[in-house]
Amino acid sequence: MSTIALDQRWPRDHYLSSGFRLRDWLLTTDHKRIGWLYFASITFFFFLGGIAALLIRLELITPRGDLLSPDTYNEMFSMHGIIMVWFFLIPSIPNTLGNFLIPLMVGARDLAFPRLNLLSWYIYTIGALFVVLTVLLGAVDTGWTFYTPYSTLFTNTAVLAAATGVFVVGFSTILTGINFMVTLHKMRAPGLTWMRLPLFAWATYATSLIMILATPVLSITLLLIAVERIFGIGIFDPALGGDPILFQHLFWFYSHPAVYIMILPGMGVVSELISCFSRNRLFSYKGMVISVMAIALFGFLVWGHHMFVAGQSMYAGIMFSLFSFLVALPSAIKTFNWTATLYRGRILLTAPMLYAFSFIGLFTIGGLTGIIVAAMTIDVHVHDTYFVVAHFHYVMVGGMVTAYLGGVHFWWPKMTGKMYSEIWSKVAALALFIGFNLTFFPQFILGYQGMPRRYHEYPEDFQLLNVMSSLGAGVLAIGYLLPLVYLTWSLFKGKPAGANPWGATGLEWQTSSPPPKHNFVQIPTVTEPPYAYRDQDNTAPFG
Amino acid sequence: MPTATKTTPPPLGDQGPVAEQFEAMEQQRQADRMGMWMFLGTELLLFGGTFGAFITYRVIYADAFAEAASHLDLKLGTLNTALLLTSGLTMALTEQLSRAARHKATFWLLIATIAIGALFIGIKGFEWYKEYQEQLMPVLGLTFDYPGNQPDRAQLFFNFYFVMTGLHAVHMLIGLGVLSVIAVLAWRWRDPPRIARQVQISGLYWAFVDVIWVIVFSLLYLLRV
Repeated sequence: MSTIALDQRWPRDHYLSSGFRLRDWLLTTDHKRIGWLYFASITFFFFLGGIAALLIRLELITPRGDLLSPDTYNEMFSMHGIIMVWFFLIPSIPNTLGNFLIPLMVGARDLAFPRLNLLSWYIYTIGALFVVLTVLLGAVDTGWTFYTPYSTLFTNTAVLAAATGVFVVGFSTILTGINFMVTLHKMRAPGLTWMRLPLFAWATYATSLIMILATPVLSITLLLIAVERIFGIGIFDPALGGDPILFQHLFWFYSHPAVYIMILPGMGVVSELISCFSRNRLFSYKGMVISVMAIALFGFLVWGHHMFVAGQSMYAGIMFSLFSFLVALPSAIKTFNWTATLYRGRILLTAPMLYAFSFIGLFTIGGLTGIIVAAMTIDVHVHDTYFVVAHFHYVMVGGMVTAYLGGVHFWWPKMTGKMYSEIWSKVAALALFIGFNLTFFPQFILGYQGMPRRYHEYPEDFQLLNVMSSLGAGVLAIGYLLPLVYLTWSLFKGKPAGANPWGATGLEWQTSSPPPKHNFVQIPTVTEPPYAYRDQDNTAPFG
Repeated sequence: MPTATKTTPPPLGDQGPVAEQFEAMEQQRQADRMGMWMFLGTELLLFGGTFGAFITYRVIYADAFAEAASHLDLKLGTLNTALLLTSGLTMALTEQLSRAARHKATFWLLIATIAIGALFIGIKGFEWYKEYQEQLMPVLGLTFDYPGNQPDRAQLFFNFYFVMTGLHAVHMLIGLGVLSVIAVLAWRWRDPPRIARQVQISGLYWAFVDVIWVIVFSLLYLLRV
């Protein structure tokens, strides 16, 4: 206890204390400050996309289209999708937590290319400006998928601005991915072998691999959309000999792996949380590493399951169906290993742990319904219904967002040096879990009963479930707004956290909170495997 | 002193101050090279999207595409290929000479590479102008008046032609910009080890532009009737 008591100080000299002018932030090359820049912009876009979602849910309370016009409704779900997928879900964990933590976790002073890192944030911001521009120009109504020929030949909305924004933000993704991979390869501290890396670092590695391999293909696809709209080039236009299905192949070759860009970092975060708060070493570390890499690999082989009804050959469909089933294996390995880690652990129900439990529950439902839609015959029935909407929200929001919030709560003391309200954080975690299930579980039933997605009117039989879903969205909004309040409050009034408030292992907890500018006074040497939680009694979270 | 003369000095690119995030120059050099290689991998995939799409249509519309390809100027294309490969040679020589700290030779070889690259762009522009005059440019709402069979398919071919060569030209222009900056730095010659590293990294990029052109040239010009 005495060492912990010594730690309860707010260090005088840390990365937040040097330089308070605007240019100290906007021209910083410190990975920790860049993490904050992303954190601020991503939070902004999260709530912008959330407002669009709330409008959608408000419209769907009644069967008639009485709140939004059909066009406005189309623009709302398109903006919701575009903002949430490209400006929140994909950059969230890698660019905020990853930026902040990866150099700390590998015992480095910064990422390999600090200036490139800052450039990535500026590229993200430029892309984001295009999306704001899209909103001002009257939005876009193609959905986040920009399907041709609608996006190139028919719609008069601001497809170009939106596609340019996504194209630009893609470069930010690629450069960030390169930065992480080079850092993980070349800058690990002495003794930190690959098999001693924390799983969050492994997950970031796998994610970076997908970012680097998949994003360029999306970029060229969007570029082709743009030249098709501007120059009348007909690579996807059937009238000129092109093929819209080709667009879908290229698009999903990126956008399916992109799902794993969203979920893999979440799995990394949850592995850290589960191990720390069950005071147990992670069950089957190697199995976890292999399954992370296997998910990244299989993710590239399954894009065709988005096109079961789009006119691809039956044999292609069977292969894509089979590969899609295979992704379930490494995912299940991870889930079972988390459960096995909890077994005989000393479980501490902190807020991050509640988020981690939410993640496991919601991700499991999302994953199991994924098997249902991966089966070709059933997919024909539920294709483009709310069943699919519910499925991917369970994975991407139920999985990814809970993991993100869990990670933010876990590393908040490290990032700010402050502790937040114990009670309110638990209330927020519960509100999220309840609100989420109330919102999206009814949509499974709606979809199975045949309510199509993207419609702003529906038969009256579907009203009850839709009202439930909209109510849930309100509860969910509370779950998202609460952290904004008490985390901000903690910045000013929170108690000093100390270097390691959770008693966690890992290099990032060995430096002070907040860390000094160059992370470590002396680069540490690693002598132990990861998650060596053997001292089970000397720590008490939340003081 | 005698022992000092016997040990070979480290290559020029391994000297100079190390960036603050690294512990040693070797680590920094490896990181720089790895970063550039990975970036080039993503660039290959960017072009790969068009290559994959082109090959798909080349197989589906084999005859029409082969015929359309014969309307491209093979002589100018070949000349351009020869030029670009020569610039790859001058760039490789620049790398050697910059590591040997040969100030003037580094500068003039960079100028040679830039000149050959600019000539390539000039010839490419002339080719496009010729195609514009022959009304083989189905973009920007221009009339497409194709003299052979299956004009629809040919139009698709020319669409690919302009996208692929255009994207390649954009990469050439970026490369020329980078090389120009390094040429200015090489003229001033303030920090030779750093220049040697910059030449090596940008040389990788230039080699990549060469490789992409060879693929573009083979797919578009050489697969003809």
